[in-house]
Amino acid sequence: MADENNKQGKKGLTGLLDEAQEKARLLKERALEEAKALKEPEKTQVFRSIFRVKHDETPRSRALGVLTNVFFHLHPAKINRDAVRYSYTWGMGGISFYLFLVLTLTGVLLMFYYHPTKLQAFRDILYLEHDVPFGKLLRNMHRWAAHLMIITVWLHMFRVFLTGSYKRPREFNWCVGVVLMVLTLLLSFTGYLLPDDQLGFWAITVGTSMARATPLLGHEGPFGPQLGMTPYNDVRFALLGGSIVDSNALLRSYIWHCVAIPLIASVFMGVHFWRVRKDGGISGPGPVMLESEIKEQKGPTPVILRPSGMQ
Amino acid sequence: MTEPSAKEEKTASPAAGSKPASGAGGDGQPQINTLKMRRRIIWASIWGFVGVNFLMFLRFFFPRTLFEPKSVFSVGAPADFGLGVDTRYQQLYRIWVVRKPDRLFVIYARCTHLGCTPDWKESENKFKCPCHGSGYDSDGVNFEGPAPRPMDRARVELDAQGQIVVDVGKLYKCAKGERCEFDDSGAYLQA
Repeated sequence: MADENNKQGKKGLTGLLDEAQEKARLLKERALEEAKALKEPEKTQVFRSIFRVKHDETPRSRALGVLTNVFFHLHPAKINRDAVRYSYTWGMGGISFYLFLVLTLTGVLLMFYYHPTKLQAFRDILYLEHDVPFGKLLRNMHRWAAHLMIITVWLHMFRVFLTGSYKRPREFNWCVGVVLMVLTLLLSFTGYLLPDDQLGFWAITVGTSMARATPLLGHEGPFGPQLGMTPYNDVRFALLGGSIVDSNALLRSYIWHCVAIPLIASVFMGVHFWRVRKDGGISGPGPVMLESEIKEQKGPTPVILRPSGMQ
Repeated sequence: MTEPSAKEEKTASPAAGSKPASGAGGDGQPQINTLKMRRRIIWASIWGFVGVNFLMFLRFFFPRTLFEPKSVFSVGAPADFGLGVDTRYQQLYRIWVVRKPDRLFVIYARCTHLGCTPDWKESENKFKCPCHGSGYDSDGVNFEGPAPRPMDRARVELDAQGQIVVDVGKLYKCAKGERCEFDDSGAYLQA
């Protein structure tokens, strides 16, 4: 037992020495490296991972620059040159999205001065109009961008219909677009009440009165009364948070307008844009045909038109 | 989906072998069924939980208590009102008290088209809705514009002190093609 212990001890001693030497060497190397990093911090991995750095001017690094940059990457690498003609697309989808961004920015700024309460809402609008620095500009930007967005969304839909871009393989994206259009109209409707002026108040009164006539869920709609709908438990009541357009309705439309619908619309927009890419880019002029469709045909070879963007 | 289930089968079979009760038919098959059942139960619980939460979310939008103007109120004695349309309670209670030679009734001031409050035009002897132009005569009966029926009337009663008590929670309708409720008891007071 004792012998064994001794042997192990000797072995351990030499091993320990080697280990210590190795450790010292590594320590020295690291110290040198750190000294270098102190002199030129912009060459360290930490620096390069946090701050953007310039790469060599090679085709490869330039391609990587586009592929790895999220903002450049949102655009397709190549698209059909006919599809980008303004006379073809009118740029309405892009303009709608741009207006959505303008509305988000100005809307968030307006939220800094607006209280969704019966006592303060209209006063805050007057305050924004007459006293807040750039308040009038912000409010009018928000108002006009909202009007414009309704117009551009409809024109976008009109363009997509006229160019037949709702056809295969884009049927799903058409449906997503219809949902987005409804969400846009709902955003407009919920924003109507927020100034709490006579115009908005009566517009919401009229608009939610229509909800009384909802089939099954409204107390004046078909089969509504038979299902036990009253002014105090139907769909209008849930929208307004009461039986009349009052403080609950103001608060609810504020939350739908500023939080819920923009979030839902953003998710749908993400899907919408992704599907544009997935379905072969912006729909190009001429009939969109997939190669697989053409192969089945017999007779003279037709002109092959690939979905634009797919080369 | 297939890969993890195969793995689970492998890991589960030796454990199941030690349990004599579960392995009735033979090796393998009952264990897979057990695992499938367990998975189904877990998914059912998850979806059940999500579904119940969604129902709670929907119920959340229907408040139990409302802070709205009261629907039953007193508007004074019948003698306080002269012949014709009285607008003094329009702002406060959204009603007009109308006195005719033979009876007194209360019109609920809500346009039957889409719910705006019409204006009483004294000079033209009619109610006119500013939203979409519905017109009603001094009885609240529609004669122009998109309104589908006369304006509703609120329940009126005399209390022990001879005061008129109005209840706008109970409205009397007179829709076309349905029984007119304007002559029901409670829809008017005999003058």
